[in-house]
Formats: sequence, C-alpha cells, structure tokens
Amino acid sequence: MERISLAEVRHVAQLARLQLSDEELAVLQGELSSLLDHVEAIVALPTEGVAPTAHPLPLSNVLRPDVPGPCLEQRDALAAAPEAAEGRFLVPRILGEAP
Amino acid sequence: MTLLGRGVAGIAAAVRSKEASAREVLAESLAAIEQLEGELHCFHTVMAERAEAAAAALDEKVARGEDPGLLAGVPVALKDNMCTKGTVTTCSSRILENWVPPYDATVVTRLRAAGAVVVGKTNLDEFAMGSSTENSAFGPTRNPWDTARVPGGSSGGSAAAVAAGMVPLAYGSDTGGSIRQPASLCGVVGVKPTYGLVSRYGLVAFASSLDQIGPFTLSVADSALGLEAVAGHDPADSTSIDRPATSYAGLLEEGVEGLRVGLIEDFVSEVSPSCAEAARAAAEALGAAGAKVEEVSIPEVLHGLPAYYVIAPAEASSNLARYDGVRYGLRVGGPDVAAMNARTRGAGFGKEVRRRVMVGTYALSAGYYDAYYGQAQRVRTLVVEAFARAYERFDVLVAPMTPSEAFRLGEKTANPLDMYVSDVCAVPSNLAGHPAVSVPFALGAEGLPVGVQVLAPALGEGLMYRAAAVLEQAAPPAARGPVRPGGERRA
Amino acid sequence: MPEGFDLVVGLEVHCELSTATKLFCACPNAFGSEPNTNVCPVCLGLPGSLPVLNERAVEFAIRIGRALNCEVRPAVFHRKNYFYPDMPKDYQITQYDEPTNVDGFLELRDGSRVGIVRAHIEEDTGKSTHLGGSGRIHGADHSLIDYNRAGVPLVEIVSAPDITSAAQAREYVSELRAVLVATGASDGRMEEGSLRVDANVSVRPAGAAELGTRCEIKNLNSLRSLVRAIEHEAARQAALVSAGGVVRQETRHWDEEAGVTHPLRSKEEAYDYRYFPEPDLVPLVPDAELIERAEAAIGLMPAARRERLVALVGEGDSPGLADQVQTAIELSLDQLVLDAVAAGAEPRLALARAANEAAAKAEGARALSATAFAELLGLESAGTLSATQSKQVLAVLIDEGGAPAEIARRLGFEALEGGEVESIIDEVVAANTAEWERYLAGDEKVAGFLLGQVMKASKGRANGKIVAAALAKRRG
Repeated sequence: MERISLAEVRHVAQLARLQLSDEELAVLQGELSSLLDHVEAIVALPTEGVAPTAHPLPLSNVLRPDVPGPCLEQRDALAAAPEAAEGRFLVPRILGEAP
Repeated sequence: MTLLGRGVAGIAAAVRSKEASAREVLAESLAAIEQLEGELHCFHTVMAERAEAAAAALDEKVARGEDPGLLAGVPVALKDNMCTKGTVTTCSSRILENWVPPYDATVVTRLRAAGAVVVGKTNLDEFAMGSSTENSAFGPTRNPWDTARVPGGSSGGSAAAVAAGMVPLAYGSDTGGSIRQPASLCGVVGVKPTYGLVSRYGLVAFASSLDQIGPFTLSVADSALGLEAVAGHDPADSTSIDRPATSYAGLLEEGVEGLRVGLIEDFVSEVSPSCAEAARAAAEALGAAGAKVEEVSIPEVLHGLPAYYVIAPAEASSNLARYDGVRYGLRVGGPDVAAMNARTRGAGFGKEVRRRVMVGTYALSAGYYDAYYGQAQRVRTLVVEAFARAYERFDVLVAPMTPSEAFRLGEKTANPLDMYVSDVCAVPSNLAGHPAVSVPFALGAEGLPVGVQVLAPALGEGLMYRAAAVLEQAAPPAARGPVRPGGERRA
Repeated sequence: MPEGFDLVVGLEVHCELSTATKLFCACPNAFGSEPNTNVCPVCLGLPGSLPVLNERAVEFAIRIGRALNCEVRPAVFHRKNYFYPDMPKDYQITQYDEPTNVDGFLELRDGSRVGIVRAHIEEDTGKSTHLGGSGRIHGADHSLIDYNRAGVPLVEIVSAPDITSAAQAREYVSELRAVLVATGASDGRMEEGSLRVDANVSVRPAGAAELGTRCEIKNLNSLRSLVRAIEHEAARQAALVSAGGVVRQETRHWDEEAGVTHPLRSKEEAYDYRYFPEPDLVPLVPDAELIERAEAAIGLMPAARRERLVALVGEGDSPGLADQVQTAIELSLDQLVLDAVAAGAEPRLALARAANEAAAKAEGARALSATAFAELLGLESAGTLSATQSKQVLAVLIDEGGAPAEIARRLGFEALEGGEVESIIDEVVAANTAEWERYLAGDEKVAGFLLGQVMKASKGRANGKIVAAALAKRRG
C-alpha cells in the first residue's frame, strides 16, 4: 500500500503545473511514498509548543528608501521572451480569470 | 612552479607586483581547461574572450598604479546558477538552456571589483538539486581522482575544476551540502558561510532559506581570501547580514590552543569506517595542537535530513514556479496558457527537479502543510536549539563530511533516497544557518580523498578557519588536489 | 432588497499606494508608461532576483491602518502560490495570517460603523490585454502581458460583513476613498484602477441568524457598478432561494453592459494557494517611532473636514449640496474651497466649482493656488465671466497655472461692451422674427433658443446672464 494515492499524485502534478505521463506519475507515486516514509521519522516527533523556524536569521525590518532606480530597456525586458508583440509578452489564450 | 600552482594569494601577489601579468595567469588556466575539459566536463561555458579582455584591463590597471584588488588576476569559475550579464546561465536545465541574464549577481560584481577574472560557468545538478552532478541536463562532471566516479554535487563542476587545477578558485552554492560534499569527494577545501554573509542576489534560488554561496580552493588560506572577497552586506538581499566585512587571513596562524572542540558522535556512527576514522583523527589532531577535545552527542542533528527533504523541496516548488514559458526560457506550445505552462515544465525539468517540485508542492498543500512543512519547521527549531546548547560547551564542532568516498557514476541514480543520504552530515548546518568547512584530511580505503567537517556557530568563520588551518597542516598532502584526471598529482 | 430577505455584504478594497517606486524594487510606480518599461529583474521575476521592502509603502500602509482605527502588529510576508501569466513569479508576495493592520472600523456619515477585519500589504500583478475574438478574456486567441504594474504596492482592506444595503456599500466605499486620500497614501482614482472593489454578497431570510452562502463579485469599476451589481446579485440570490434553489459559493463577474453577474468559467483545478512564509523577506515589526511618524502624517479625517466645510457653505436643503460636500472631501479638495473662501470667494460657488469642474482634474486641482482660484471665482461672481467661461478658464488654470484674468484674455473672454451685446441682439431679432414674436407673446420655450443664437453670434464672448437680462428688458 503506497502512502500516497495515484489520484493525489495527479492532483499534485496539476497544482505544480507539470504535464506527466501515466507512467511517470506511477513512478513518482512510488518515489514520493518512499520519501514520505523516510520523512515519517520527524512527523511523529513531539514538537508541541515548539515555534517553527522559517528563517535562520533573527533579522527584522529590512527596508529600502522609496527612491527610483534604473529599469531595463523594453527590448532587454523582452529579449528572452519566447514570444512577444507590441512591447508585451505574448501567451496563448488564458482560460479562467485570476483568482 | 606554474603561476596557477601559487594559489590565490600567490597569484594576486605576483600580478600586483607585476611579476606576472593577469594575461599570463589566464593563459595557464585556459590551457588547463582546454587540456582537461574533454575528460572531466567541468564547464558549460568558457568565457575566453571576455576573460582575456578582463585580464588585459586588469594589467592596464596595474600599469597605471591603481589597486588591482584582493584577487588581482585570479582566474575564477562560477557555478552556472549565478547570473552573469550577457553570458548564458543555464542551471544545467533545459528550461534555461539559452537564457542570458540582463544583470550580474552581486558576487560576480564583487569578484570583478576585486580583480578576479571570470573564466567560465561550471556544471551542476539541475537547479542545484543533487549530490553527484549527474542530474545535469548537459551530462555529468567526472571526478579528477577517478573519472569513473562522481565529483559529488551539486557544485561538482566547480569542485572538480579546482581539484584538477583548472582554476585556483571557484564558487558554488550550498543548500544542503552542495559545496562541502563535492569538496570532500574531490580533495579540496569547500566552505558554506553563515547564512546571510554572502549575498544571494543573482544566485538562482533553490531553497531560499538555506542557499549560501561559498568558495572552493586548494588551501585554507586561499579559501579565506575567496570568502573575504565576496562576503559583506548587500542592500539588494533582505537576508544579508548588515555588518562590516572581516578579513580571515590574519587569523589562520592563531592555532587552536585552548579551543573547546566537540566531535559529533552521532555522525561518526553514520558513515563508512574510513570517513569515521578521518573525523576521529581530525579531532585528535586538534587535540594535539592544544585544543580540548571531547565527544558530544547531538541526536537532533539526525532529524536534519528528513526535515531538509521537506523544507528544501517546499521552497523549491515555489521558487521554480516562475519557469512557466511566459517570460524567458523554454516554451512548449499548447492550446491555452495553462497547458503551455504544464507542457513546458514537464519537458523542461529533469526527473530530480520534477520529483522535488512534486514533494514540495505536496508538503505545502491543503491538509498536509502542518504535518509536513509545519512540522519540518518545528524540527528545524529543535536542530537550531540543539546546536545552541552544544555551542555553550564548545567553540567549534568536528564531524565527518560524507558517508563514503566518491561513488561511481550511476551507482546511486536508481534510488533517490540513496543519493539523499549523502547529505546527512551536511544539512544541519544549512538548517541552522551556521558556517561549516570541508577540509581534505585523508585518503580513504578506496584511495580517494576524504574530507572532515568543521562546524562553527553563526559568524564563527574565524574560529572555523583557525581549526581548518590546523587540520590542513596535519593532513597528508596526498589527500588533496590538484590531480590530473586519473589521480596523478599535478606539478 | 427583495422582500423577505436580508442582505449581507462584505467588501474587499484593493488600494494602490502613491509611492514613487514599487513595493520590492526601485522601478517607478507610474501609470500609463510604455509597456514593459517600468520593469527590472525583480518585478519581472527573473531567476536570482530578490525583493527588498519599500519603507514608504510600509509607512503608507500604517497610515491607512491607523486612519481605519486598526491595531498595527508585527507582520510576516507569505507567498501565495498560483499560476497566472500576469504574475511574474507565479506567486504573490502578500501578508497572510499575520497582517500589519487588524481589527479596525470605519464610521460612515450616518454614524453607522463597518468593521475592518484587516488591511494588509501585497504586490499588484501585471496587466493582460486579450487579442482576437471579442477582446475579452473569453474567446481571445492570445493575450499580451505588460508587467509595468507588477509589484506596485497595494493595501487590501477587508471589511467585516457588516454592510446591509447597496446604498451603504456605496457610502462605505465613498467614505473609505475619502479616508485613503486624506492619509496621502492613495490618489483614490477608481477609473484608473488605483482603487478596486470586490463584493462578497449573500442573502438570508429576514431575521435569520445564519449567514447565507456568499458569492464574490468582481469587476466593479465604479460606485455605480458597485450599487447595480449588489442589487442585481441580491435579487438573483433571493429569487434562487425563493424558488427552492441553493446559492453556490463562487466568484462572479459583473457585466456592466448587460447589467448582470455571471459565474467565472470554472477552472480545471481547485486553487490551493500553499501559503508559506516568504523566505526572501524578514518580518516587519513596526516600532513605536514608525507608527507615530505614520500617524503624524495622516491629515484631518473626512468627518472633521466635512464638519468644517458644512460650517462654511451651510446645510442647504438640496441633496446636490451634500453630494458636492462629499465629493470635495473624497477628493481632498475641501482645503482648496476653504482657502479660496478665506481669500474672498463666495462659498457655494467655490464648492460647486471644486466638486464639479475641479474634481475632474483632482490631482492638479489639489495643487491649485487658492488665491488664483478665488480670483477666478470673483470674476464669475461679478459677471465679468460667464459660468461657461469661468469653467474653461479653470481647466486651463489647473493644467497650466497663471493668472485667471490673463487666461480669460487669452481665450478671448473679455466681456462685450453693453452696446455690442445690444447690436448682436438686433441682428438675432432681425434674423428670427417669428421666434421673436412668440417670445414677445410670452412663449418662454423660445427664450433659450434666442439666448443660444446671441451666444453663438458673439462666439461665446457674451455673458449669458447679461444677455438674458437684456432680452427680458426688451420684452419689458
């Protein structure tokens, strides 16, 4: 019994925007499951009352002054674009609006 | 003796004093690359023309009597995940195969300002994910000690380039051992500095809360110079530590007399006999040099690996979302933008990257966040606190670096977990943000170099280097580079 | 509101901050530039780039929070992960469970209070233009993306579901806009998208305690669409429930032309934003000094300003006057009115010109010299300039500055000599004898026509009031 179902693997691939073949999904199911088995060692650790560490540095309030600096030229901004038109990045049609 | 053989400090002194020109030094480096690259595949890009122009400009600067900088005329190689304006930066990925950044990483700007001559961009595991450099979309790098073996990873190209004497200084990035592990496997010195000491601006992110850039060199003294040149506050990186840069070179002679050294026994029992033996011998060597050495158990460090394999993929899954075929890099067309994204990413990322993106996405997803990502962050706290307790008793800690000597190409590619275990002794330092160095210390049972790790508390680079310098003195010269492909020592 | 139902509305207002630069990089925060020219590695999401927080954006956000009576707290930025092509990193940096401002309220003109749940800092997205098909997102063949807006600082103000009518929603947004402009943190321009409103609308049987299922309505680009959309959506939900149906929780798009909401095309994947702390940024912990500095920079709040202005122009009995007062407050033009009156202008005229003509150019008008404005109003009050002329002079004055009398001369608005007016009337009477006869017979309907003919013949130089008086005088 794998720790993660094929349906979950498919859902995660969708969230991650990865197009994968059925074969690749099946291999990933096995790999993810064994990795999660390995991670299980810490999932069970008692950590009640332990604060999470998101960052190794105890820094706060790193701010920059509101002073304009140089921008890229439009042609440099678009130089690496797979497709561009009218000074903009061109993409295939968008289904669905931004959430 | 060749100019390259003089090392970083020697080259800079020679160029500064006009004893040698930066162009002569560069010519040696380019010749070595020309000669060895076919066998080793350390580089994705060799920037011969730009390097020649930079060397010529530096020579003119010296001629004008201007200060040529700390690294005057030193040929330097950069892991190909550091942005170089106008020069392709691939991260060893099909998805960035032809990407030319319009800006320089802060380290690149600093290296140029320090007089270094950037000669090329080195191979790595795709997006720095791996421990063997086999996850490169453009073929693996080979270990100069034995070309049937891996150089380690992910900064394998940089480690091997220094080990083979192609460049005296190269930079890598270390997210979970990616500098120290290949340094150990290639017989060179590799440092992961304190998180925040070196700017990450322009380093293509793998896991932002863990990534740090650091140097590969043949000697500890060269490492200290290589770190000094790139360290220091950068306002473009919010996680950069705001304090004046320090010079470590003056500390190296201070020795370890009276220092309290702990040997982390939890790691010793995790590694091969020769790696364990090297760590014990290193502790003894420090003791012989006047340090007070004790064994210490820090069991929490063994939770580091599983915590790391949740945190790093989680951050990576988000950092790598931007490779969507819209603004740069590969695009595989599709009927709509979402299909285009998915096809591009499915085709553009290699297996290991896809695996980690999947794990990370899963660990952050609804219903699993707390059990995986949240829990890993709490375990990270346990590791940080355990180190803090240890550093109440010790000034530095010593540990093995790797579980084994360099393994064969293909040996660990079948099962990802086998590869992941390579980083068991490395990742706790990344989780804590602490500095650590791998120093070549022995030849193992298979005749290959074995590194030993010195760990220090945050901003403890000075202490770390002092201990490393003592270990370097105690180690047999045969345990470190440079070597010709096949392991023959270079002149 | 349909009978038998209560309406419950919560509003989410996105407010662009008037900083000089973007939230995390030094690119200009400017509207209307050539596409993809206000961009850099950071706001294009190039590999290796890193964000650094804009100090002024933080101060503006705190001003907004304090003006809305919020508690200012330590905050942690998070990443909200979802794929969308106008978002360069495919995640948005925002604040999640630890926002900067929490637990405030906004008091409306009628004394009612709307709770403010939070007001958090986040970055804006780029803009897409849709090509082919209808030009709308559906049916387009391609989209073009401009990242100039990507990374512009926003504060999202989330109200409690305390609003009970479309009119109150309008009042809330109007008052909120006045507060935002008063803090100096926003220009409040809804038309240019500096203020964007989403409405969470639900209905429940009158008196029921439990909230109904809500729908989120997007694309509300004006106060008018806000009111229409809420009214329509309430009616739709009420009809649905009355007919025994159930409301589905969904996001709906307001179609201004058709006057209806329709569900957004459902996406294949459910969104799961996978929020986690942004590792490239450190926590934002505003200290007392920063909060005090922000508070000190907040201008007088709308309620106090309204009181001040009403004291000047009087209560009045027309709703028009109250609207003018609110417009002047909303756009921060009340100080101009006050100063002009102090310089001798007639209060109601000053208010009318400010709330109508100057409001169209609010940003320029806020910088207008009150003395010049008062001088212009003086010319109008004295009859030297007609109302039409005065409005034209005002437009030039706002755009270019200068002396009103001089501008009037330049535009050829020197008042006609009395004799000139009389001779033009002579010509008009001669050319329109039939209409003139009807006018003499008392037909008021032709009065406007004759006035228009005189104005036309004078090429706009005649003062309408004087002409009307002259015509009336001839009729005797």
